[in-house]
Amino acid sequence: MHRTLILFIAILLSAIYGCAHTVRETAGEIKPAENGAVYEETLENGLKVFVIKDRNAPLAVFEIWYNAGSINEQIGKTGLSHLLEHMMFKGTPRYGNKVFSKIINKAGGIDNAGTSHDYAYYFQKLSPDRLDLSIDMEADRMRNLIMDNGEFLSERDVVMEERRMRYEDDPQNLVFEEVVATAFKNNPYRWPVIGWMEDLKNLTRADLMDYYRKHYIPNNAFIVIAGNVDVPDVMAKIKREFGPIPKGPETGKLNIQEPVQKGEKRVYVKKEAELPYVISVYKTPNVLDEDSYALDVLAGVLSGGKSGRIYRGLVDEKRIALSAGAGYSNFNKYPFIFYLEGTPLPGKNIEEVENALYEEVQKIKDQPPAEREVQKAKNQIEAEFIIGQDSVYSQAMVLAQFEMLGSWKIKDKYIEGLRKVTPDDVQRVARKYLVVDQRTVGTLIPVKKDESVK
Amino acid sequence: MGKIKRINCYSLLVTAFLLFTLHCSLLTAAYALDVKRQVLKNGLKLLVVERHSVPIVRISIGINAGNLHEPVDKAGLASLVAGLLTEGTAKRTARQISEEIEFVGGSVGASGGGDYVTASLSVLKKDLDLGFELLSDIILNPSFPEQEIIKKKERIKGALRSQEDDPGYLSSREFKKAVFGDHPYGRLLTGTVETIDSITRDDIINFHAGHYVPENSIMAVVGDITNEEIEQLIQKHLGGWHPGNSSAASRHDVNMTRERKTITIDKDLTQANIVFGHTGISRDNPDYYAVSVMNYILGSGGFSSRLMQNIRDDKGLVYDISSYFGADKFGGSFQVELQTKNESANTAIAEVLKEINQIRSSPVTENEIADAKSFLTGSFPMRIETGARIAGFLVAVEYYGLGSDYIDKYPEYINSVTREDVLRVAKKYLDPEKYILVVVADQEKAQLKDEYK
Repeated sequence: MHRTLILFIAILLSAIYGCAHTVRETAGEIKPAENGAVYEETLENGLKVFVIKDRNAPLAVFEIWYNAGSINEQIGKTGLSHLLEHMMFKGTPRYGNKVFSKIINKAGGIDNAGTSHDYAYYFQKLSPDRLDLSIDMEADRMRNLIMDNGEFLSERDVVMEERRMRYEDDPQNLVFEEVVATAFKNNPYRWPVIGWMEDLKNLTRADLMDYYRKHYIPNNAFIVIAGNVDVPDVMAKIKREFGPIPKGPETGKLNIQEPVQKGEKRVYVKKEAELPYVISVYKTPNVLDEDSYALDVLAGVLSGGKSGRIYRGLVDEKRIALSAGAGYSNFNKYPFIFYLEGTPLPGKNIEEVENALYEEVQKIKDQPPAEREVQKAKNQIEAEFIIGQDSVYSQAMVLAQFEMLGSWKIKDKYIEGLRKVTPDDVQRVARKYLVVDQRTVGTLIPVKKDESVK
Repeated sequence: MGKIKRINCYSLLVTAFLLFTLHCSLLTAAYALDVKRQVLKNGLKLLVVERHSVPIVRISIGINAGNLHEPVDKAGLASLVAGLLTEGTAKRTARQISEEIEFVGGSVGASGGGDYVTASLSVLKKDLDLGFELLSDIILNPSFPEQEIIKKKERIKGALRSQEDDPGYLSSREFKKAVFGDHPYGRLLTGTVETIDSITRDDIINFHAGHYVPENSIMAVVGDITNEEIEQLIQKHLGGWHPGNSSAASRHDVNMTRERKTITIDKDLTQANIVFGHTGISRDNPDYYAVSVMNYILGSGGFSSRLMQNIRDDKGLVYDISSYFGADKFGGSFQVELQTKNESANTAIAEVLKEINQIRSSPVTENEIADAKSFLTGSFPMRIETGARIAGFLVAVEYYGLGSDYIDKYPEYINSVTREDVLRVAKKYLDPEKYILVVVADQEKAQLKDEYK
């Protein structure tokens, strides 16, 4: 359950699929083609609301997304966005301290939240007739957090424990954090969402309160609801609870321009570990760019399961890697990364693994992948979208992901773009982005306990 | 395919997973599942739920071929057999299997379990015939090529080494070993380097032939399919699955005696990873439901639980803390897991003991028990949202013999639990004296007190 992040991404990539596939008609159930229409409305205070009606679902999900991820932080104050997300569960005068999740649980519901570089989001899964609870409590905590100082200090400790668990004691994650911090220089993607430990220690309640006041406003957020709900009814309740919240000053646009990298960068982490690890990252555009579709397919050709080239080459044939793969993070608001990574089998050399990863990329640069490989990667992505339709949670997540990038309607363009990718496109983007001089490589060097840098 | 790792930070626990450890067996009458159950001629139990809303099909097959059946000196055999099913059949090489299923964006495979192995298929409706054929092929005709066995063993041994870096893995491995001793539940499913090396291809072939039999298996199908369609597919692709003459699993009862013991592992860590616990209950224990309610209040109820409220919310000592009863066929364990900075280890352990003593000494409040019941009976659709989850749940209900009316009965089972029951089971199944304590930490900084050593 700690590793919800990986699950999260799988889910959000898995439900983008629209209504192209129809199903045989069955009494009492609604075909996807008739189902899943998106109702959209913007309140006067700027709060956008999206409702996906899914008549087949026995539950509903309520989500609220704030354009308030770690990219909005400053050097010296990293980790604010995520710590605020924790504080959002600490109570308002109306409901009292630390009861948010308890109230949801008591109603048979499940709730959680997450923060990324770009946003923070909150959700509850409930029986459709209990959605009032979400609407009431989310409207309340958009403006009325108590943020008691004692609670704040205690929760800051909790986040430091979270950081120890996720980073300090996880050698591979430490390398990832270092690589990202090294790859980017003029860019808030440099710092981890959870923040640097040194900053966490110095954050204050006032920092949090300022950030909350500035970013948690209706015109910097949107709501997504999915499930078997009555749209007019749900909209009336949302207007009643969220409508009176005044619009805030526009938060303004960030201007993030990363300079071109002019040579390979390397970083090493020395830490007690059994096996080394390598990750090589390249800066790449996000899904708003035409090249992103081919990059997505490239990741699939390289790493789409046991039939992908990296598993076949490094794990199955050469038998040098315990695990190896590639990935492309296309859903960031600003250009982020494409990466290759691997762990050697005991006794095998880390350089050998690193070079073998590059060889697989080189093969694609030399010769476009086969038509079937490209089709397979597309099929895998599309199948994931369809599978995502099985859950109202995924449906809402996907809509929200696209909306955060500009508009939920981008998803249709995404599918179209993906379908058009050719083997030559895949070769072209490999040549264009996976460039030696523009990569940043992180390596974990295992040392004995007493040789670790403290 | 655009998978991002490690980009997002999650602040809260996914309660769904916590509760899921109670063998997915909690649900509500409000959520009706129309399950068609039949026993086929070859003994295979078939459970079908039609869900035509999305064009996908999920199949889970529970096969009574877990590590309960492997000899101790061949530990890892059951898991190895399950993992090798997709590494070659009479008709297909390992590569062909992965290529065929991945080309259509599906997945097929099997993984080893304690009580049973689960083989599963996830595929789009339009590719069901292919997917079902692959699933049948890996179960009926695995060829266990020598070369694939060598490669698989190499990777398993590599993974065993790599996992030494995961403090959560270390603490849970040591805990299981200490609680269950020689019982198969106390072993790693993967076995150890030594036992893996001792497994031969003949062992593998014989284990498969003896245990992958239909009369020991449960197939759950959920998705865009009818009962008739699945029957036809079974006839077409699984017709050759004949009953064997395998003996039913002999009873392997866990020795439930408890003893006080501490295990420490010293590593370069900033946090102490702590597991506290002892033996628990088996799934057929009539107290299972009272234990579910009690444990929700103690530590499985996420932010509604006492452990979380006290040790995280009030004291800020942990990011995550939970307790659970793993209730398996022949026994089970109770455990509390947490991570806290090395220096807080003693305090956190003391607080866990305090909560255990508290729930054993005075009745829970009316509110607590009402909230627990309300969640447990009301949250089923939230916790089992997808077809894949439902399929896994159906296999568990059948395997543990919970009855075809289980879904309807469950709220009754939960609602009949009283505060006195909660107190009684807390006293009976929680032990603040004879417990196992595992602490994986920088021991010099953790400075474990004598009373915990």
